[in-house]
Amino acid sequence: MLEFEKPVIELEAKIAELRHMSSDDEINIADEVSRMQAKAGRLLSQIYAKLTPAQIVQVARHQDRPHFSDYIEHMIDDFTPLAGDRLFGEDNALIGGIGRFKGQSVVIMGQEKGNDTESRIKHNFGMARPEGYRKAQRLMEMASQFQIPVISLVDTAGAYPGLGAEERGQSEAIARSIESCLKLEVPMLSVVIGEGGSGGAIAIAAADRIYMLENSIYSVISPEGCASILWRSADYAKDAATALKLTAKDMLENGLIDDIIKEPLGGAHRNKLETISLVSSKLEKGLKQLTPWKSEKLIAAREEKFLKMGRAA
Amino acid sequence: MNNWLNNFIRPKIRSLVGTQKDVPENLWDKCPSCDNMVFNRELADNNYVCHHCDYHMTISAEDRLALMFDGGKYTRHKNKSVPADPLKFKDRKKYVDRLKETRAKTAEDDAIIIASGKIGGNPVVVALFNFKFMGGSMGAAVGEGIVTGAEIAVKTKSAFITVPASGGARMQEGAISLMQMPRTIIAVNRVKKARLPYLVLLTNPTTGGVSASFAMVGDVHIAEPGATIGFAGKRVIQETIREELPEDFQTAEYLLEHGMVDMVVPRSELNAVIGQTLSLLMQTKLSDNPKGKKSKDNKKSDSSKGAITVASVSAGGEKMSAADAVNQDSAAASVKKTA
Ligand SMILES: [Zn+2]
Repeated sequence: MLEFEKPVIELEAKIAELRHMSSDDEINIADEVSRMQAKAGRLLSQIYAKLTPAQIVQVARHQDRPHFSDYIEHMIDDFTPLAGDRLFGEDNALIGGIGRFKGQSVVIMGQEKGNDTESRIKHNFGMARPEGYRKAQRLMEMASQFQIPVISLVDTAGAYPGLGAEERGQSEAIARSIESCLKLEVPMLSVVIGEGGSGGAIAIAAADRIYMLENSIYSVISPEGCASILWRSADYAKDAATALKLTAKDMLENGLIDDIIKEPLGGAHRNKLETISLVSSKLEKGLKQLTPWKSEKLIAAREEKFLKMGRAA
Repeated sequence: MNNWLNNFIRPKIRSLVGTQKDVPENLWDKCPSCDNMVFNRELADNNYVCHHCDYHMTISAEDRLALMFDGGKYTRHKNKSVPADPLKFKDRKKYVDRLKETRAKTAEDDAIIIASGKIGGNPVVVALFNFKFMGGSMGAAVGEGIVTGAEIAVKTKSAFITVPASGGARMQEGAISLMQMPRTIIAVNRVKKARLPYLVLLTNPTTGGVSASFAMVGDVHIAEPGATIGFAGKRVIQETIREELPEDFQTAEYLLEHGMVDMVVPRSELNAVIGQTLSLLMQTKLSDNPKGKKSKDNKKSDSSKGAITVASVSAGGEKMSAADAVNQDSAAASVKKTA
């Protein structure tokens, strides 16, 4: 449970209790329930209107947020997962494949964090190894080959810091994956759906359109990591979360993303389906806009977009 | 391992460029690797490589440039200014203050230096990291430097060499520094698109977002002996996997063994090896630069055709030296030309 949601959750519990009460006075209970529901809604919108960056980090990492697999289930028809990097192995932290989005073929990929202990281990908590990023490269090449647009959904704490990952060239795999995004001859749209963790995120997000869900985060380093380096103690993670300007609002203000996708009242974890439908319609609009673009124009605009990031105005 | 370049050429070049006088006399230093005492002045003459164990110590950006370019001669290019402290970042100290202090201390405006000159007679633009400037971290200014360097290379039909020495992204610029990863890749790919060589000289350390971007997409990767090169920090990995890491983990030699770099080249041979590589790629004749000429006089060299001997360059597990490999390539290239 998120600490700052406590008043709402307590109220919601009361509402549930009230609903189960049998009484002669049905009408009065119904009135009371709707009155309390309205109050809970007001509370939620008050709380969510002034979340601190550190609280947004918590929401972004909430386990009930829709994950990659949820988007696949509700947004993509005929999803056909494709596996392996053709070099070493398969990486379940970064899933990808082909499918139909609003009737049109797409390549779709992204990190899956998992929902329970078993699936979290299977997906390595959404932290990809070089094989994941090399599979991404493969899929992007295929997208260019068949002129199929690419959608990537970013949700990772970062690339996996492991012995084997280093041994097999994590750096090179990420660098080449970024390069693959940049060389894509078809439109690429990315959505940060939860955590956009550093190199592990940008590896699949050097796209034509980069969207962030309202309560997602995008950062060069985790607030905890940043605090332990710059403040010499992870206790300052809250300060680091503020300083890093990692919220969707900050990212948009700094010209690093293209748009924010609103989340349902009280965050994506309160309403998976509505969240997915909001993401879906944003992607549809973006795709419609980019579809007529020739590959030269796409690549040139993509390059210009990133070249100006950090440049003097 | 003493070699002729170290013993004969380097001191002469040093005296030519006059860096010797900057080194205080009568100072001894302890080698961090073998603990032997080394005479400071000798160390400077030996490119800050330990005489006893060949450990490559930290070398200043200026000394590094001097040893890379022919005759130690190069021209520096002015860095373009970028918005300072775009995030108004503050940890225990304000980023603007940190920048100010570091600028005063280093007399540099950021962690990147763009220089051009010749290597092996070939026109080259170098983008070199200054580790002394906030650990060589990459923010917008460093990204801008690499973009500028690449542009100059394309404009002047020069090879482009990046020389990372960086802990990674500059945290104080948040996601702006993250975006320098795609940005720098775009920059170096423009060099490649112009069919100009893009080389990376990986020095100690090359990690994080720097290693996972422009530094790993070179046509040729050269690493300095013993340099730490990797994505994640050793400590983070240890905390994650809770296992002992191999002793040579993330060293240049380890990367060579795992196929991530083409060769590990000692400092004394950098100019020669880069020169030869560029001459082959750019299909120019081996130049008559001073160092190239000296190699012909080298009695130890068993090469009859004037190719530079790079016997101590380690290239892969096979015992074939880089020189052999390069000579084979060169023979193949000349066949192609006459055909
Ligand atoms: Zn030593």
